[in-house]
Amino acid sequence: MIKVEGLTKRYARTVAVDDISFEVQKGQIVGFLGPNGAGKTTTMRVLTCFLPPTAGTAKIAGFDVLQQPLEVKRRIGYLPEAPPLYPEMEVIEYLLFVGKLKGIPKADLKYRVDEVCERCAINDHRTRLISKLSRGYRQRVGLAQAIIHNPAVLILDEPTAGLDPKQIIETRELIKSLAGDHTIILSTHILSEVEQTCQYVIIIDRGKLVATDSVENLTRRLRGSESVAVEIEARDGVLDPASAQRCLEQVPGVSRVLQKETRDGRHVFEVESLPGRSVRGDLARAVVAAGWNLNELRPVALSLEEIFLQLTASEKAAPAGASK
Amino acid sequence: MRNVWTIYRKELRSYFASWVAYALIAFFAVIFGYFFYVATAIFVNSSFQSQMMGRGMPMDMNEWIIRPLMMNVSVIGLFIIPMITMRLFAEEKRSGTIELLMTSPVRDLEIILGKWFAAVTFYACILAFSALNLAFLFLYGQPDWKPILVAYLGLLLQGGCLLAVGTFISSLTRNQIIAVGGTFAVCLLLWVFEWVGSYETSTWARVVSYLSVLTHFEPFAKGVLDTKHVVFYLSAIFLGLFLTARSMEALRWRA
Repeated sequence: MIKVEGLTKRYARTVAVDDISFEVQKGQIVGFLGPNGAGKTTTMRVLTCFLPPTAGTAKIAGFDVLQQPLEVKRRIGYLPEAPPLYPEMEVIEYLLFVGKLKGIPKADLKYRVDEVCERCAINDHRTRLISKLSRGYRQRVGLAQAIIHNPAVLILDEPTAGLDPKQIIETRELIKSLAGDHTIILSTHILSEVEQTCQYVIIIDRGKLVATDSVENLTRRLRGSESVAVEIEARDGVLDPASAQRCLEQVPGVSRVLQKETRDGRHVFEVESLPGRSVRGDLARAVVAAGWNLNELRPVALSLEEIFLQLTASEKAAPAGASK
Repeated sequence: MRNVWTIYRKELRSYFASWVAYALIAFFAVIFGYFFYVATAIFVNSSFQSQMMGRGMPMDMNEWIIRPLMMNVSVIGLFIIPMITMRLFAEEKRSGTIELLMTSPVRDLEIILGKWFAAVTFYACILAFSALNLAFLFLYGQPDWKPILVAYLGLLLQGGCLLAVGTFISSLTRNQIIAVGGTFAVCLLLWVFEWVGSYETSTWARVVSYLSVLTHFEPFAKGVLDTKHVVFYLSAIFLGLFLTARSMEALRWRA
């Protein structure tokens, strides 16, 4: 649905986006992740035909952003970082205007406006002036504006920035409900947002592509060896943590055992296994055989936060190492 | 074409949603009313005098009232027009709504035309208030209406040309103050260029005074419809809108 090849955008002095390539399949939600100033907004602006690329190509549904901008624009809905609203208009008036601008036939216009009002939960605020709306409602109107013409591709630039926690959850739910019919790219610098909303993630840092993969794959790939949190409790009496640790270390495949915390006779250990070995079954048997209660046994996934730091750190380390 | 209409409707609505529109109309109505009063008073006085002196020839309303009035209006226009065009693009650029327009399936030219037509329409609405005063002339006398129409056509052409210039200047900045100041400076220049022709007759003076929008308006005020002046205004409008289109393109490449 979206195909970007060797995309570069250079401003007068800086390179905002440097040779980025990625592809997004139909119906996916893709998170565009990077710290502030990484080039997320610039990439999105190229995809929406707002800015032309300096080099490389970007295609949406097979149409090139430079060659056939009108065809591309017909197929995208775009919510910039600041919702593009006219404060002097009423909500309904604004949506009718955008609908006409996006080329919705006159006969469908009313119906489409009703539908997006319903979908974005702005029915109660239809006749309010946009200047009187709260930040959360403005964002919703912005989103309604982006989906009014039922675009195949939806490009959302930091859709949850500046919202309160409840609004963030609502917006995420709304975005998730749009998946399937629409291919969605959303940019964010909040990692948990990607984990919660997206299936795929594209990470960029200072204009360069750092990683692109599904969220689970990325987690797995970076984890390399599995690590498991084990919580043990003595059935009666007191449990000696040192002996518990020794017992866990003896399980085949375990490379390292760390004692994490101890609370009211319960002990939590983090067990790392050798690469390619699954030790959870053996761990459980060992604990039970020793006569303790196994309260919890859960794989510890690396959070995206850690992945992100690892990826960007290795990126920084590589050129330094090469120069030596 | 439908897109031009959509943008046109939206722009016109934004004009009248703001108090600035009504302030401009009021400002124009007061100034015009004052000039109208002065011109009529002079006319009435001198026609009394000429009758007392025994000259039989009745004085011509068109020549004594309407012509100087229309010249005045064309100068008042220079002050009003920057305020009409200042927000056209500057406001959209400041608030970010330009991203909505430029990422919608609309051509740049359609955006520009919609905005410019709306500005011209609004200017015409302002001018229409002068017709209220002129109606009194028809009530108490018999002025010739054809030269009046020609004069209004001239005002619209002159306005259209300055509005196109203003649209261009508005597209260069995101600051409305700069847009209004810049447009006013250009309008002023195009006005004072006319003076050069009055005390110099060298070629460059003729060229400079030819560039003045007022030089070309004078025949219209007299009720003379001359195609060469119409062509001047039309080509100036074209130039202004063409530059705006280039500036929008530059916005994409530089932004």
